[in-house]
Order: sequence, then C-alpha cells, then structure tokens
Amino acid sequence: MILSVDGVEFSYSSRPVLKDIKFEVNRGEFFSILGNNGAGKSTLLKCLNRILKPQTGTILIEKEDLFALSSREVARRLGYVAQRYESTRFTVFDAVLLGRKPHIKWGATARDLEIVRKVLAVLGLEEFSLRYLDELSGGELQKVVIARALAQEPRVLLLDEPTSNLDLKNQFEVLKTVKKAAREQNIAAVVVMHDLNLALRFADKFLLLKNRTVFACGGMEIMTPENIAGVYGVPVAVERLASIPVVVPL
Amino acid sequence: MENIPESYLKYTQRKVFIICLLVLATALLGIYAINAGSAELSPAQVLLTLLGKAEGRLNIIIWNIRLPRVVAAIVAGVGLSVAGCVMQNLLRNPLASPFTLGISQGSAFGAAVAIIALGAGSTHSTSADAVIINNPYLVNIAAFVGAMATTLVVLFLAQVRGVTPEAMVLAGVALGSLFSAATIILQFFASDVQVASIVFWTFGDIGRASWRDLEIMVVVTGAALLYFMANRWNYNALDGGEETAKGLGVDVEKVRLAGMFVASLVTAVTVSFLGIIGFIGLVGPHMMRRVLGGDHRFLIPAASVMGGLLLLASDTLARTIISPVVLPVGAITSFMGAPLFLYLLSRGYGKR
Repeated sequence: MILSVDGVEFSYSSRPVLKDIKFEVNRGEFFSILGNNGAGKSTLLKCLNRILKPQTGTILIEKEDLFALSSREVARRLGYVAQRYESTRFTVFDAVLLGRKPHIKWGATARDLEIVRKVLAVLGLEEFSLRYLDELSGGELQKVVIARALAQEPRVLLLDEPTSNLDLKNQFEVLKTVKKAAREQNIAAVVVMHDLNLALRFADKFLLLKNRTVFACGGMEIMTPENIAGVYGVPVAVERLASIPVVVPL
Repeated sequence: MENIPESYLKYTQRKVFIICLLVLATALLGIYAINAGSAELSPAQVLLTLLGKAEGRLNIIIWNIRLPRVVAAIVAGVGLSVAGCVMQNLLRNPLASPFTLGISQGSAFGAAVAIIALGAGSTHSTSADAVIINNPYLVNIAAFVGAMATTLVVLFLAQVRGVTPEAMVLAGVALGSLFSAATIILQFFASDVQVASIVFWTFGDIGRASWRDLEIMVVVTGAALLYFMANRWNYNALDGGEETAKGLGVDVEKVRLAGMFVASLVTAVTVSFLGIIGFIGLVGPHMMRRVLGGDHRFLIPAASVMGGLLLLASDTLARTIISPVVLPVGAITSFMGAPLFLYLLSRGYGKR
C-alpha cells in the first residue's frame, strides 16, 4: 500500500465539500476517481498533496503522515498535474526541468538534466525540447505537464482530468503513458476522470464519489449498472464490445 | 539526433552570452555618457580619470557630476526593471509595474505633502534654477512613506481580505487615482512656486542623486537582486500557475507577499530619490521575455541589465538631444518606451 486515506473531511469556510473519505491505493495501480460535477473530485485530489488542508482525517504516504512533512518533502513524494495550467514562454526542457525543483538546492545538476532527458524520451517529446510552450498544441502541452510531474520522481502521481482537452488519439496516448509509468516505476497514479469509458479501459481501481462522500470503491466488480446509475443519476448499460467494457446511457 | 542536454546547454549559454553583451553595451554607453556634454572631454581622459590618473578639473567634473549621474541611471534602471519583472510574475499580470500599482502616484502625493504642508519648499533642479528645495531629505522621506503606504494597503488587502492577484492590480489602479486626486487637491491650495516644485519633482531627474543617495540605492537594489535570484525557481514555478507551483512545494502566499514587498521597496527608494520614471518596469522585462524567454534564472539578470541600459540611454539622450537643455528623463522613457512597447505587443502577443 502506497497511499492510505482515512476519515478525511474538508469544507470551504462552512460549506462541507468532503465527508468521511476512506480509501487505499496500492503500488503500480491506476486509481480513478469518478463522480458528477461538484461531487468533490478535484477537492479530494488537492487534499491529497496538501494544496488544501482537510479539517480532520489522516493521509499516509508510504506509512508517513502527510501533515508532518514539509511542503518540499510533500512535493518530492507527490507529483500534481492541475486541471488548468498556463502556457508560458518557457521551453519544453525548462518546463520539465521545473519538476526537479523540489530536489534542487541551488542550481540544476547534470543528474537533473539527465532525468529530464529520460522523461522527455519516454513521452516522445525530444524533438520539442527547445520549443516554447506557447507554440505547442493542446496534446503536446498536456504531455509536457505530465512529463514535469514524472521528473519530480514522485511516489504518487495526481492528475486532474488529464484528457479533458484532448482528441481521441492523445487521450489514449496520455493515459497509456500514465499507466505504463505507474507499472514500470512501481508508483501509483490517482486520476480524476469524467469519461467513464476511458476509466473502464485504463483504471485498475475506481472510487465513486456521490454527495461529498464515497459511494463505492474497488475494482471492476463495483462498476455495475446499478452503481453507475446511482452515482450519475442516469440509467446505463455496461456491455462488452470486442471484450472491452463500455458504458452506454439508456 | 543530437544529445539533448548538450543542445540545451548551448541554448542556455546563448542566454548568458546575450546578458554579457548587454553588460558590455551598458559599460560602453556609460563611458560615452560620462564623455558627452559641454566639458569637451575625450574617452581616453574619461578612462584615465576613472583609473585615478587625472588632474583637478577633470576629477571634479567626472567624479562629482558625470559619474554619479551615470551610476544613478544604471542603478535606478536595474531597480525599476527587476521590480517590474518580479511584480509581473507574482501578480500573474503582464501590466503590473510600479506605475499601475499606484506606487508612483503614492510617492508623488508624499512629495506634495512635504513640499506644501510640511514646508519643504520649492524645488531644486540641476538644470533650471527657478525652483529650489530647502529640505530634500524631507521630500525624499515623505515620498518614500507615500509609496510604501500604497504598497502596504494593496498587500493588506491581499493578505487579510484574500484579494486575488488580479484584483491587486485593480486595487493599485484605484489607489493610484485616489492619490492623484489628493495631489491635485493639494496643488489647488498651493502657491505658484509650490505647484511648480511638485510638477518638477514628478518629472523624474537622474541628476538629483548625490553619492550618499546612491549608496542607499545601490545597497537596497543589490540586496533585492540577491533576494530575487534566490527565489528564481519559485518564480518559475509560479509562471506555470498557482496550483502547479503549490504542487511543486512553493508556499505561494508567502513568496508573493515577500516578493511584492521587496519589489515595492526598491521602487519606493528609487522613486523617492529621483522622481517618477515610467515604462522602464514594463519595457525592460517584456523585451527580455521576448528575447530570452520566461526562465527567471536568466530573465532576472537580463531584465536588470536591460533596465539599466535603457535608463542610461534615455538619460544620455535627455542630456544631449537639445543640449545644454536637459529634458526630464521620465518624459524620454515614456516617449521611447510607449512605441517600443506597442511594437513588442504587436510582434509578440498576437502570435499565439
């Protein structure tokens, strides 16, 4: 087990957003958080790397208390990819090098540059390395942001809707990369998703959020038509098409 | 395919090279600026004097008149430009600058209070003797207080009331016009000479700085530069957006508050000694962002040198264009800055 969340509650001033959240994520797992708009998915993800501070509850990362770590130590363990990021006048290489920030004391070392080179190679971004971010397409930019999180060498990768602005090809490429990274580096990826079919295709485990709390959590077995209809409020059928599970609203 | 770290190192070396070129250009322009003027010096004489190998008259002209002016132009340019550069990053707004945040207007109001209400009197000018300031230190201090008061109100709103960076710029604009209005009301009740003094003070004049003023400016600007460089990775992280920065372990609120305070301090010190000098804080950083990109490891030094170079060029132009009349340098920077800025905008921001 790499990440363990128990009894987490969070509210913005007096408006409760998350209640009694409890789940566990294992090494090598692609863990998908699903639910309606406003169910608290993004808030939960931000609590996991302390961008937001839950009022109660414990979060353990590799058995260490998240709230006892400094923000630099948190950033060394958890890589976060925000839903929104800005395309600025940075080269791809510099943008990915930024992921080394939690490890850098004063200047970037040869080891930092080497890690960036490897990550760029893994994501197939080598040819863009000296291009400016504001000259890239949406799919390329999304890969750069994921590359930055991988360069952090995190234990857990947190991704907030990484495919929301991508075309079909890029959706698949990005999620494949994430899944492969989680498997090969024996880390975990916690991914907030909207597209149920992509989740069914890539995720090993699912967390269904409804009314600010956990509706169901587990593997393929919880992705039943009843559970999905219960969370989204739409009757659905779960079928297999060429042995790939798909969800169809009825 | 070429080795990536190697081509990347070449790319960063190019940035260092450009910064070195700018330093060299500033040094050459500095020698020209010491040389230019009515005393008919030669560049060789200038160099000899700087090396301490010249006789009386040259020593006085160069050490007491020309050199302080050149140093003041460079230091002020560096300070204003780097302050603008950091403010634009911290507030996520390309228009953030000492002027848009109301700092300049606050200092003008402070100076006006000193000249009218506190009787610091008429102003002294290096070129026009009509107006004389009896108590320049009082004016400097009042201008500094006015500038810092504006900053503190904006930072207070951000910290205590949770105002967003976008709204901080708007708050600065509001405060700026409030202070402008207050200055106008003060001027309405002032005598002719006092109004002339205030107007003259706001022009911005590099020649006002004495060696003692310069010591303070150099120390404050130097310390701020070191502070900004120590935070360069934080500023880079912030460029990717607030949440990305937090995900990289940056304490965004603390970095923003401290950075804004230091940037404002540099601006307040510069403006209170020299008066209002516009556009350097916008043009310097934006030019270098186009040329070198947004990486603060290189942008901070590059924008600093560019600011010094621009202000030195403006001041030299102001002294020589219709010599012996010395034009207010604030007008020159805006004259050169605004068209240059429009050009950069039309080149850069349309092409996304």
